[in-house]
Amino acid sequence: MKPNTAQITTLKIDGHDCGARSDETILDVAQENNIFIPTLCHIDGLQDIGACRLCLVEIKGSNKLLPACVTRVQEGMEVTTNSPRLQHYRKAILEMLFSERNHICSVCVSNGHCELQWLAEQLGLTHISVPYLHPKLEVDASNRRFVADHNRCILCTRCVRVCDEIEGAHTWDLYGRGVDTRVVSDLKQPWGESESCTGCGKCVHVCPTGALVEKGRSAGEMTKRGQFLPYLTLMREERQ
Amino acid sequence: MTKARVATVWMDGCSGCHMSFLDMDERLLDLADRMDLVYSPLVDLKEFPLEVDVAIIEGSVSSEEDLEKLYHVRSRTKVLVSLGDCAVTANVPSMRNPFDLDCVLRRGYEENADVNRQVPVENVPRLLPRARPLHEFVKVDVFVPGCPPSADLIHFVVSELLEGRTPELAGQCRFGA
Repeated sequence: MKPNTAQITTLKIDGHDCGARSDETILDVAQENNIFIPTLCHIDGLQDIGACRLCLVEIKGSNKLLPACVTRVQEGMEVTTNSPRLQHYRKAILEMLFSERNHICSVCVSNGHCELQWLAEQLGLTHISVPYLHPKLEVDASNRRFVADHNRCILCTRCVRVCDEIEGAHTWDLYGRGVDTRVVSDLKQPWGESESCTGCGKCVHVCPTGALVEKGRSAGEMTKRGQFLPYLTLMREERQ
Repeated sequence: MTKARVATVWMDGCSGCHMSFLDMDERLLDLADRMDLVYSPLVDLKEFPLEVDVAIIEGSVSSEEDLEKLYHVRSRTKVLVSLGDCAVTANVPSMRNPFDLDCVLRRGYEENADVNRQVPVENVPRLLPRARPLHEFVKVDVFVPGCPPSADLIHFVVSELLEGRTPELAGQCRFGA
């Protein structure tokens, strides 16, 4: 275990007094205190990157909205995790995620087990107010056991990070920019032809949507098991 | 007391939302006491009537006929309900949207047909280039996502509307279910 040199700080989250280590993020402390902050790119056990911006919070004294997953706590900080302004932006982010690709929930293998769909329900999203883009995207079924459906990908990069940080293979990466960004295996080769992929399936189980799934699953069948990461990391740290 | 005039409309959908509506079973009798079903695929009436209080539309806007019907219904309706994922998101009908319309028609009527290979052009409405949700064309007052929305949810929505309230659906429904 690493020596812990962090100081203890106190802060307020939604009016509650919270104690925290100075190396913790606002999201860490909120979760320890059972305060719900929506997230998509965050998953326990992987480095946070603040990509999805769903965990934006308000901090007293600042006009900026800051992502709770990569913002460290400070002494005396006053954080608001839910306000009409935050709800507005979170809904807008979700709407853009839905409109950017082809998320047709009713025929998705992850229907009912999808974090994007679940968050939309939690945040009261009943329709998408921006036009759907309907891009023409491929489904890569070249892998023997898994499928990558780019129609469902929200570019959270959990797959990229778990493959790099935990499996050590770094099969996945990002290609392109902005709305044209794609998750690719190796140098944009079909997944089935990837030489670096070990076939461990960690990427599939940390994927929040139906973008990475096991083959042979029909609509609504694909459940993900993403809770293994913290234990794996902890066990490895103890072994070192 | 005058009863509310309610209509249901079926556009580009599978009719699963109407089936879910019927799944209310005996609760339909209770609703029938409080409303008049003035137009529906379940009612043999050709012309959409004037002064409808609530119109519940299933299916996406996929053809010129759908679009014409939607504008017509909107102009004669006080409260327009977008029922089910096809109406709310364009859902399964929108799966053709990434492709060129001519390619879709050729695939369906020529490449995959064994006999009589031809794209129909007479007596059928022309398809729009893309299947779209209702609210991209007209103002929608109530959105009820789901594929299909459950009978309980539809009952709640209709009951609330008959009481003159706007149903609060946040957290009660989700896309695809």
